[in-house]
Amino acid sequence: MTRSLFLIVACVLSGTAAIAEPWQSTYVPRASEATLIRGATVLDGTGRRLENADVLLRDGKVAAIGAGLDAGDALVIDGKGRWVTPGIIDVHSHLGVYASPGVTAHQDGNEMIDPVTAGVWAEHAVWPQDPGFATALAGGVTTMLVLPGSGNLIGGRGVVLRNVPATTYQAMKFPGAPHGLKMACGENPKRFYGGKGQAPMTRMGNVAGYRQAFADAQHYRRQWQDYEREKGSGSKKSKDKDKDDKSPAPPKRDLRLETLVAAMAGEIQVHIHCYRADEMAVMLDLADEFGFKIAAFHHGVEAYKLADRLAQEGVCGALWADWWGFKMEAFDGIWENIAFVDHPENGCAIVHSDSSEGIQRLNQEAAKAMARGNQAGLNISPERAMRWLSANAAKSLGIADRVGTLEPGKMADVVIWNQSPFSVYARADQVFIDGALVHDRLRPKAMPASDFMLGQPGAEVSP
Amino acid sequence: MPGACSGSALRASACGGSALGACAHGGSALRADALSRLFRRRSGHGRDASAVLLALLLGICTLPVAAQDLLIRNARVHTVDSAGTLDGTDVHVRAGRIVAVGKGLAAPGTQVVEAEGRALTPALFGGVTALGVEEVSLEPSTVDNVYTPAVGASPQTALPRPEFDVRPAFNPASMVIGVNRVEGIGFALVAPGAGGSIFAGIGAVARLDGRSEAFVDKSEILIIDLGSDAAAMSGSSRAAQYMLLEQSAREARPGNRALRDSDYQLLTAAGREVLAEYLGGGRIGFKVDRAADIRQVLAFARRTGSRAVIIGGSEAWKEAAALKASSTPVLLDALTNLPGSFDQLGATLENAARLHRAGVRFAFTQSGDATHNARKVRQGAGVAVAYGLPWEAALAALTHSPAEIFGLGGQLGRIAPGYQADLVLWSGDPLEVTSVATAMWIEGRPQSMRSRQAELRDRYRPK
Repeated sequence: MTRSLFLIVACVLSGTAAIAEPWQSTYVPRASEATLIRGATVLDGTGRRLENADVLLRDGKVAAIGAGLDAGDALVIDGKGRWVTPGIIDVHSHLGVYASPGVTAHQDGNEMIDPVTAGVWAEHAVWPQDPGFATALAGGVTTMLVLPGSGNLIGGRGVVLRNVPATTYQAMKFPGAPHGLKMACGENPKRFYGGKGQAPMTRMGNVAGYRQAFADAQHYRRQWQDYEREKGSGSKKSKDKDKDDKSPAPPKRDLRLETLVAAMAGEIQVHIHCYRADEMAVMLDLADEFGFKIAAFHHGVEAYKLADRLAQEGVCGALWADWWGFKMEAFDGIWENIAFVDHPENGCAIVHSDSSEGIQRLNQEAAKAMARGNQAGLNISPERAMRWLSANAAKSLGIADRVGTLEPGKMADVVIWNQSPFSVYARADQVFIDGALVHDRLRPKAMPASDFMLGQPGAEVSP
Repeated sequence: MPGACSGSALRASACGGSALGACAHGGSALRADALSRLFRRRSGHGRDASAVLLALLLGICTLPVAAQDLLIRNARVHTVDSAGTLDGTDVHVRAGRIVAVGKGLAAPGTQVVEAEGRALTPALFGGVTALGVEEVSLEPSTVDNVYTPAVGASPQTALPRPEFDVRPAFNPASMVIGVNRVEGIGFALVAPGAGGSIFAGIGAVARLDGRSEAFVDKSEILIIDLGSDAAAMSGSSRAAQYMLLEQSAREARPGNRALRDSDYQLLTAAGREVLAEYLGGGRIGFKVDRAADIRQVLAFARRTGSRAVIIGGSEAWKEAAALKASSTPVLLDALTNLPGSFDQLGATLENAARLHRAGVRFAFTQSGDATHNARKVRQGAGVAVAYGLPWEAALAALTHSPAEIFGLGGQLGRIAPGYQADLVLWSGDPLEVTSVATAMWIEGRPQSMRSRQAELRDRYRPK
């Protein structure tokens, strides 16, 4: 299918070009004052490290980075002895859809009524009052992809959020960021549905399930193309038949298939929960068959067995530092997974959390992965490992042109750490989103707390 | 290679190998990381016979052949005793016990390990785990620590079973143990998990060096689950949990014939016997988080004369005074700070620091994947330090405090004369996430620093 046809379909599917896209972000950067961080150790997210460097934030953007910058009217923060990094990006979060407290009413992440629920969107379940957003912010996380769970073969769309306190999810939604599509390999879908005596019961059933869904989406795409063609030649037809000039009726919208068509069109980033190397290879073939691109394999405890292939195909591995063994497909987990996936040319390793605890200290997860890689004989510097938390994550989310590095023109998502973030003792002193100070450890009262924590016994406990 | 361990030929040839001098001929110096360096060679075709032999020697046959005498020279010794931290200090081990700690010790004829100034700590406590009784969490055929009568089982089977004891199921050869031991974990509570009733059953402290008689005498603990997590096991009511607990206690009370002879017994005769033992001064671990439940548990322990141990204790800091007054210790997860349930509204990363200030004894465990990732307790300890806990207290909560809680305070958890020589040498700060264990001894015997994960790492190490 040609690019122009994609565009036609996409245009049709989203209504008409004249009508604004629904479900728009209402996020507005907070008012910020120009800020100069003076004399810090800077890991800029591109793999560079600058000593005694200044970072200037102005109008919500990184304005300059270098030595001896002119502060002008900017507020100056002493960065001496401190480290500055881009805001951390977590590509695998369930904050808001599996919110704390983990009561029944908060189980909003897995629509397990059918193995393919590509029509559901995580954003429609995000509870902005999840206390986990604030604790993640205290760990320097400024952007995250909130995904549906992995109970289904195709779980639905994920949403990229700015980690700002808000009353609505729309006010957190990253403007213009593509959706993510959540798919899942392996044990979870077949365990749940197989256990009920329905498909998929096996990994064979898993793959048949994906294939049928995408085949249906191809058919659906063709229906819309036919409709478009007919509509285009509609006036001629009506003259011939001397009937009224009614346009052909559009096919009925199918939200499931719309999502899959958009994934095939490259408008949605495809994220696949997949542990075993052999299953990742199966999914790469699936992507070939239906012409979509996989942005990242998530969890991928065996990604190290396929590191070269992933690098060649330009697929990222979004991984844990040390989770393993809790199920059979996680049995071969090793500490060095992230470092080995990072190693080949074009390797794209990402440290992800999938956890309201892990997201609070992704810097430490990266530190563990870095140390184990180095112990295994690689030579990984903190500035290189920083990419796992920022630039690589941004790339897999399709927002690398806006966030993930401290380069002039990028959104000013910045963390000031009290020491090297690659330490268990590190704390994020200040966190900026779009240049606005949203977390300041030295002024606890100014830090965000969810409505849920207000007036609770224990609310006085911070952090 | 079954049977290899008992082969004296193997023993002789291993001792003849000059690489290590592990058999203590003439006090040959052994750099502490020599073992791990030796094994850093690529596996596969290149691995030489002596390395294989060594792997066997250290990994499988530690008991009959390894030396129990050694002199560790020039370490930064964290004694976890009143002596505190001693730089440039030697530790002399004879017959598996520490006999001297001091500068410039001489021990002619004893194998010498040069620590080169690195940190030496007691072996760490892995927390409340299912080590040796759970291989793959989601594979029931490999999980032995939970007593869950099948649906439809006889009423007798479904009775609460405080007498359920995990010890006979313990597999000292579990690879999950090896994965954690190489991270410096020398002992752990092997505990039953929540099953069909509030009585999870009995666990005990195991030494993790692969010995078959792994459990330490008199370290037993009866685990009872209370609070919102256990609601499903007790008629969906917290009040019913206390009702069942009280009734069980009354049934078990010696001489309480009326209840024991009644038609309806909650416990089996064996269960009454076992519970009576624990109520008569045994150790009972109560899994509770909420302050109000902690108060109930303390009152129950006072009434029955049992010794309570709080496991979880997210809100323990609120009851610090009562815990201190009753000398009740807490096993806590230092990373718990979100209200995961309505029992944890007061969870804070400062829990450990506050308990320490109040003089409450506590030790670290963790609630993530406490078994496969027991090694993560060390990270929790480091985070507790970042949130106000003194460093020495954090190390104590990984070593001597847990030993003390399980009645082993005179044997384990300190580097002092008379203590078991369970020791770990570290590449750096033992609480830092970038540090790794480089050598380890249990009762003076060197432990293999290779696990199955090291085998996988070396098979897939980038070229």
